[in-house]
This record gives sequence, structure tokens and C-alpha cells, in this order.
Amino acid sequence: MEQREKFTVGVMVNNHFGVLNRVAGLFAKRGYNIDSLAVGETENRSYSRITIVCTGSDYMREQVVRQLEKLQDVIQVILFDDEATVSVEHLLIKLSATGEKKASLTELVNRYGGKVMDFGADFITAEITAASERIDKFIEAARPVGILETCRSGALAMSHGTERALRAPV
Amino acid sequence: MVVFMQLKGAQILIETLVSLGVDTVFGYPGGAVLDIYDELYKSSDRINHVITAHEQGAAHAADGYARVKGKPGVVIATSGPGATNLVTGIANAYLDSIPLVAITGNVAVALLGRDSFQEVDIVGITQPIVKHSYIVRDVNVLEETIREAFQIAAAGRPGPVLIDIPKSVQAQEAEYKGEAKREEKVVKPLPDLTQALELIAGSKKPYLYFGGGVIAANAEAEAVALAERLSAPMGLSVMGLSAIPHKHPLNLGMCGMHGQYAASVAQSKADLVIAAGVRFSDRATGNVDKYTRNCTVIHIDIDRAEIGKNVRPNLSLNGDVKAILTALLEQLPQKQNPAWLEEIEALKAHVPSTPLELFAPHNIIRAVHSHVPEDTVIATDVGQHQMWVAQAYPFEKSRTLLTSGGLGTMGYGLGAAIGGCMGSGRKPTVHFTSDGSFGMNLNELATAVTQGLPLLSVILNNGVLGMVRQWQGIFYGERYSQTTLNRQTDFVKLAQAFGAKGARAHNLEELHAALEQWDKASPLVLECLIDMDEKVLPMIPPGGAIEDIRIN
Repeated sequence: MEQREKFTVGVMVNNHFGVLNRVAGLFAKRGYNIDSLAVGETENRSYSRITIVCTGSDYMREQVVRQLEKLQDVIQVILFDDEATVSVEHLLIKLSATGEKKASLTELVNRYGGKVMDFGADFITAEITAASERIDKFIEAARPVGILETCRSGALAMSHGTERALRAPV
Repeated sequence: MVVFMQLKGAQILIETLVSLGVDTVFGYPGGAVLDIYDELYKSSDRINHVITAHEQGAAHAADGYARVKGKPGVVIATSGPGATNLVTGIANAYLDSIPLVAITGNVAVALLGRDSFQEVDIVGITQPIVKHSYIVRDVNVLEETIREAFQIAAAGRPGPVLIDIPKSVQAQEAEYKGEAKREEKVVKPLPDLTQALELIAGSKKPYLYFGGGVIAANAEAEAVALAERLSAPMGLSVMGLSAIPHKHPLNLGMCGMHGQYAASVAQSKADLVIAAGVRFSDRATGNVDKYTRNCTVIHIDIDRAEIGKNVRPNLSLNGDVKAILTALLEQLPQKQNPAWLEEIEALKAHVPSTPLELFAPHNIIRAVHSHVPEDTVIATDVGQHQMWVAQAYPFEKSRTLLTSGGLGTMGYGLGAAIGGCMGSGRKPTVHFTSDGSFGMNLNELATAVTQGLPLLSVILNNGVLGMVRQWQGIFYGERYSQTTLNRQTDFVKLAQAFGAKGARAHNLEELHAALEQWDKASPLVLECLIDMDEKVLPMIPPGGAIEDIRIN
């Protein structure tokens, strides 16, 4: 069995409708699972940037990059080096909270660098931006309190330094 | 001063097609392409539209036309069922890397997404089987979209491109510019050849493996030159079959599951395999680890994703096959490998011989060959007869074989033969088929008759689905599930009903007589009755290697 590891690719694409479909379809067609996905316009609105996290072998990693590069709407693909990448996810979480529990929960949120975005008599909604593993940890820490709902983004990734920038064409 | 013409979308389509040099298109009209067909009517002196019996036939015809011409074939279909009927044809072109531009109509933009009459999301349906696709919602980008589609279909590794044009866009007006946006062509630098030259210099038993990419790159002459320079035998994939003249002494013929004995054994004995324009399909390699156990592999291909996809090469040269072979030839010294070539000659002597008088597939195919010139376009369907043709027909000219190599589409042949015949300038064309495959799209006989094409369909009728039956015989305990057809089709009468001529042969004499009588000006269906237990041999079982080869 080949070693399966998590890896992250950044894809600069034309900002057309249907492009995300083509990218996702490529993964589906080859039987590659997407762990997380984040898409957004770049500073040049003609282009979008997609960040995809997936798990697979060296073979799959190489194929993902090369097959993506073949799509006409793909401008550039980079494979992130985990050691030299800034990567964050975004979490919104609604927790059941009453009375004094609220204070300890707020403290937990603060400890993870998060913010309370909304609250009521029996709940608080918090926002956390952190590396994927740290968000996992927060969710585990909050679980005993009572999670009402979570909404989690895909990872966003950017390489260290200026050399391997994934820039939108000007 | 440049005066731009204000034209309707349908007119822009026709003008752009004409300006791109398109003079023949295949298709079938319908509600969502009425505007396009109205313009085709007005431009019938500039574009010859061939109406087929079914859109699938039109797609295969455009594919066959593209293979013969070496430029994109064009197929037009209406929305909904017209578009879905193209799907097999588009997939076929995709798997064989054939440049094809499929143009579909769709419902008006305002009706899109409402499940309107004859509406399907054909861009979505075909997404995994196209090189690229468009739905044109704005008539102002129609011209550049069409130009880009043709460019993409033909560039690099060719493939099908679909353009979906809603009816409202066909009717709206925009400026027709009449020229492409000028884009600077990026010439990719050639890969470094140092290591390749070293590997070649160190090789005592070099072997060349050529595929469809050699034909797509027009690199046939360079491929032969490389073989002669290296004194290396050549094996061919199904897609590469016509690239190298059959009579070339270094050409061992087809490799793979049903490949020639010498081609397969030589590959297994080689110390260096230089593979160009191939994708190492499972049908070509069998067990991949065993395939490469004795040899170093250099893989030359224009598609970087093919490098390492199926076989991990020791060295890859990513780029245009013709450019790379040319550069290699500039630097390679003449090699002599007398011992290796002696070994090859000994292997070539292992030819399974069919007694010449038998009415057996190889003899039938060679008999047909003896009646047609060597540049005749040969189309096949899929199954045993396809492999028999691949084994026995001596292809001497590139682009003379139209066969569904990747998708294995039964029913491909007749449409492809029609397109190939038209692409060859209506020269006599041969279509080898079988009772099973012919049954799938025989309605295109109507097209061949209407067009008055000199088309010979040779049906190798064994009354069974022979290839599946062969597998059932070998791997499924002779349980012939649903492969014994028991049909009562009279192919001679059927041909006559379509307005074609029909003949039947029970032996080689009758076959030669029927071929003598063919006027080579109109379609002839020639049924050859063969034994249901004829097998395609040799055979390397799926996932097997050379030691598993079955000769009898």
C-alpha cells in the first residue's frame, strides 16, 4: 500500500462559471477525494484562486497537479510545501451556553484567538481562524459544552517568502 | 479603414468556419439549430453539410474525417437528444486524442435552466470527455470562442471541444471581425537530451514503441529514421498502427494483448524502450511491473500528465514528438546491433500461419487488401475483427487506419468510414465490421447511399459477439451468456433495402469474385460467413506478461 499523505494545492483559474465544476469533476473522475476546498476571487476579478486539500499517494499528488494544468481555465497550479506554508481555516461555531458557562466559554474562545460574534440567553456564536489542527482541537474542547452547529471553511494557503507566489495575472 | 460586419450569431458561426478552412461538416438539424441550418442552406456552396441517419454517426464521421485530414472534424447537432447522441462520439475522440469540434444548439438563454423542451446541460454531461467546452451566452464572444475552440482541439495533444450555442445567441447580432486575436506563440524549449543520448549509447537491445502521438505530430519519418539510426525494432500501439510502413523490416507490428508475437517478445527482451506518443494503456502493457522489469524506459510525450501515469519511466522527454525526435537524430551516431537484430529476425519467423485456402479472418482481410490500393482508408468497428485487421492488414501509409482504440466503440466504423472517405476525397474506402458491431449503427448505410460513396463494408459474420465469447470461453467456463445472437438478419437484402449493393461469400473464391464486381463507386456490403470459434491469437491475458502469452 502506498503512503497516503495530506497535501495542499493552490490553483489560479479564470473566474468563469463552471470552472469550479471542471476542477471538482477532475477529482471525481480520477477517484480522488477532496478533503477541503476554498474558492474566492483574487485582487484581479477576472481570476479566482482555489485551495484544495486532499489525501493521497505521491502518484496521486503528481497526477492532480499535471491533470489540473491541462484544464484550459487553469492558469497556474502550485503544490504547497507544508513546512513553508501559511495555512488557515475559518470556523463559525454555535455553542449552547447559559449563565456562568458563558464566561468560561468566552475564555476558551479567547485562548484560541477567536471572537464572540453573537450571543443570546442560551448560546454564543464564536469565530476562530487558525490552522486546521488547532481548529480540530478547539472543536474537541468545545464538544462537552454542547455544539449546536458548526460551519467550517476550506483551508487557505500561501507559501512563505516571495518566490513561490501564486499571483493573479495583472 | 476596417469596416466590421454586423452579423447574426448563426452567420458568424458560418463565416468563422469558412475562414478557418472548414468545407465539410457532419450533422443533423433540429429545433435549436434552425438558425444555423438556415445559414448552412444559404452557404451550401461554401460548406458541404453531410446529414447522417443519427447524430452518433455524424460524430464518428467527423472523427474519421479528422483522422484522415489531420485537422479538426466538425459535427453539428441540435439540443437535448441531438446533443446526447453525440456523447459516445465525443468520448471516442477524447480517448483517441482526435481533434473534433462539436457544435450543439441549446434553448434560448432565457429558457436555460428551466428544463425547457429539448434542454440538457450538454456542457455538464460532456465535461469529463472533452478537452474543453463552452456555452456561449453572449453573441459578442461567439467568433473568438469558435476560433479558440479550433485552436484548442488541434493544439498540443488534440481532443474534442464542444461549443453549445443557445438559439437566442444564434439569432442575435454582433460584429464579425474576421480575424483571430493575435497571440504570441510560446515555443517550449526542448528538454535536455544528454541523459537520453547516454542511455541510448549504453543500450545493446534498443526497442522503439510508437503510438498515435507520432501520427498526431506528423513525426512518422523521424520515427522511421530513429529506428534505422539505432538499428532498433519498432512495435506499435493500436493507435500508432499506420504510422510506420508495414513493409519496413524493423516494423514488428502491433504490441499488446493481441499484438504480434515478435513485437511482444522483443519488447520483453529489450534493455531500452523508447516510447513516443503512447500512453501505456492496460491493453498495451499487461502487468506494468513485468512490462518494464528488464528495460530502461524513455517516455516521449507532449502531455506531461501521461508521463508516469501508467508506466514510470527512467527518463521522460516532455514535448512535441517530432521536435524531440528531430533533435535526437541531430546528435545520435549510427548504431549497429547485429546480435540483437539477429534475435529479432528469429522472432519474426514465429508467425502463426493460417492455411491459405481457409476462409479465415486473416485470409479474408488479406484478400480484401489485394483488391485496393495501399493508400486506401480502412475503418474498423470493435471486437475480434478489429484485432484481426490490426494484425493482418499491411498498413503502408499513415492515417489510413480509423479504429476506436481507446473507447472501443462498437458502431464506430461505418460513420468513421463515411467521414474518412469524404476526407480522402471520396476514394474507395473499406470498412471492416462484424455482425455485432454493424448491427449498432448500420443506419448510416443510408448516408453512404445518399452521398454515393465508394464504401465497402466487409462483415465478418460469425453469428456471435466474438470477443466477449472468446473471453467467456477462456475465463468464464464456456458459459456463453448472451453472446450467441441467433439473428436472422439477411445482410444482402438489408443492403439492398438501403439502396446499396449486397453480396455474400462462403469462401475465398466467392469473396474475390464479389470484390471484382464492386464498382468502387457506390456502397457494397459484403458478408463473409466465418466460424464462431475463430479466436484472436496470440493473446496475453489481462494483467499478464509475455510468459503468459497464448499462441493457440
